[in-house]
Amino acid sequence: MTERVAIVGIGTTGFRPITPDVSYRELIFEAARKAYTDAGIEPSEIDGFITAAEDFLEGYSIADEYCPDQIGAVLKPTHTVPGDFLQAMATGFMMVKTGAFRTVAVEAHSKASNMKNISELIGFAMDPIYNRPLRETPHAISALEMTRYLFETCTTPDQCAQVVSKNMGNAMHNPYAAFGAEIESGDVLNSEPVSLPLHRLDIAQHADGAVVVVLADEATARALTDVPIWVEGIGWCTDTPTLEMRDWGEAAYARLAADMAYRMAGITNPVAEIDFAEICDEYSYKELQHMEALRFCMPGEAAHLLETGVTAIDGELPINVSGGALGVGHLFEASGAHKILELVEQLRGEAGTRQIPDVAVGLAQTWRGVPTATGAVAILSNL
Amino acid sequence: MKLEDYELGGTPLRSSDIKKGNVLTTSWEPNLAYAWDDGVAIGRYLAELKNGRIIGRTCYKCNRIMIPPRMFCELCFRPSDEWVYCKDTGIVNTFSICHINWDASRRGPNEPPLIPAVIEIDGASKGMGILHMLSEVDPDDIKVGLKVKAVWKNPGERTGSITDILYFKPLRAPTKRAKATKKRAKATRKRK
Repeated sequence: MTERVAIVGIGTTGFRPITPDVSYRELIFEAARKAYTDAGIEPSEIDGFITAAEDFLEGYSIADEYCPDQIGAVLKPTHTVPGDFLQAMATGFMMVKTGAFRTVAVEAHSKASNMKNISELIGFAMDPIYNRPLRETPHAISALEMTRYLFETCTTPDQCAQVVSKNMGNAMHNPYAAFGAEIESGDVLNSEPVSLPLHRLDIAQHADGAVVVVLADEATARALTDVPIWVEGIGWCTDTPTLEMRDWGEAAYARLAADMAYRMAGITNPVAEIDFAEICDEYSYKELQHMEALRFCMPGEAAHLLETGVTAIDGELPINVSGGALGVGHLFEASGAHKILELVEQLRGEAGTRQIPDVAVGLAQTWRGVPTATGAVAILSNL
Repeated sequence: MKLEDYELGGTPLRSSDIKKGNVLTTSWEPNLAYAWDDGVAIGRYLAELKNGRIIGRTCYKCNRIMIPPRMFCELCFRPSDEWVYCKDTGIVNTFSICHINWDASRRGPNEPPLIPAVIEIDGASKGMGILHMLSEVDPDDIKVGLKVKAVWKNPGERTGSITDILYFKPLRAPTKRAKATKKRAKATRKRK
């Protein structure tokens, strides 16, 4: 088996609330062309291609068949992973590890603006016997989780609202972000109640955009670039789909996915060994809940770290410097791709005005959103 | 052999039992809707169909003229270069005489078969064109390589859709000689 796998190229369109000027094919082509130029490689030289896509989000059945043209994969080994980008990247990582593929391109995109009734679409993911007949909005599922998380950890809605303020503020410095704003936690609590304790501004808004990443084995990576970004660890995990039996307070899927990635990366003290993290904040409380699942702190301590500025851009453990999903936009299966994009830019020192000085190890974590209990974690380094 | 002829255990279940509520069922009709952005390439293609024209896009590197048009060449992986109008004539690359509908129901005795065909459009690169329907043609007259021409909807009825072309029909009516050959072939088949 080849020893290490690196990211040698990345490209993106950035993220916007709507993209009526381009088709999804044109959107993806832009990200792919940039990624291949960044890697210094043509798609004809890439050994394998993966896309992260879900038919119901695309509005096509067998949407994977529509992928090859815009990623340069016509008549090449190509397949789709119906999950988050990080799960697709894990597959690409394994393909390179086998030694049969020197390079693999991984693509994810969101055309959320083309889905005309997202609530119904997500509701369709609920169990048809036990849950769907109740016709609850998917946001209510998150609200149930938030209530339990607040109860178990003595966290307050105001502390969750401070996550929104931090992340939308961070997004003001990210040219890729769609929803940068200077707001205060009071603005969040004063926004319309959705399914309490969730208010409108606690919930990430959807955005469109595409990201393509090129993975390579160590020898190829060193030949292609002076700044390979190494995939040190990767893990993923799914809890039971049964809403009635889940652990509602804790994000167990994220804890176990992180443990898998930590083991692979040889990390025993995450908070000391990880310099910064991009973690799932599709709902405000999720950032705090996920911090605890990732063992950055004990359950109930995440809000304290937030309030004392530890997770701010100039703190000891900056979290969601990009703006997260709250600031950049909720990207469905491309959520993990945007986090990897931020990690790569930070680790290369290319993050502009939001650059964190002297970073060497970053962590990306995603959750597939309501009603799933699937999470994935990747750890990247420039060492 | 009918189901009743078998000795089966259990209770027979018929669709009428489900309709009458004699068995417990649950159902769900998804209410999903999508509005795909057409983007630059498909947008112009559809706008030109509304104008009664077929437009393609060139790639200077591989020298192809692509229909349907695209803003990037999927083989050279670079932006495509120029818009170019093509003719609304072409040749049949492949076709089928189809006796069933979209929903797999059989076409009625008075309904002519559907004839889907891939038309290589004149002016586009070899092998590129439109998947459409043939009509105003005797199925026996269709062969690979047949020259055809688009039959358009009236300008006022066009909506910027692939259905702005009603169908393709043979460019020329069958010649007397072709008709005679066909008649002979039919007669031969009958004798056999």
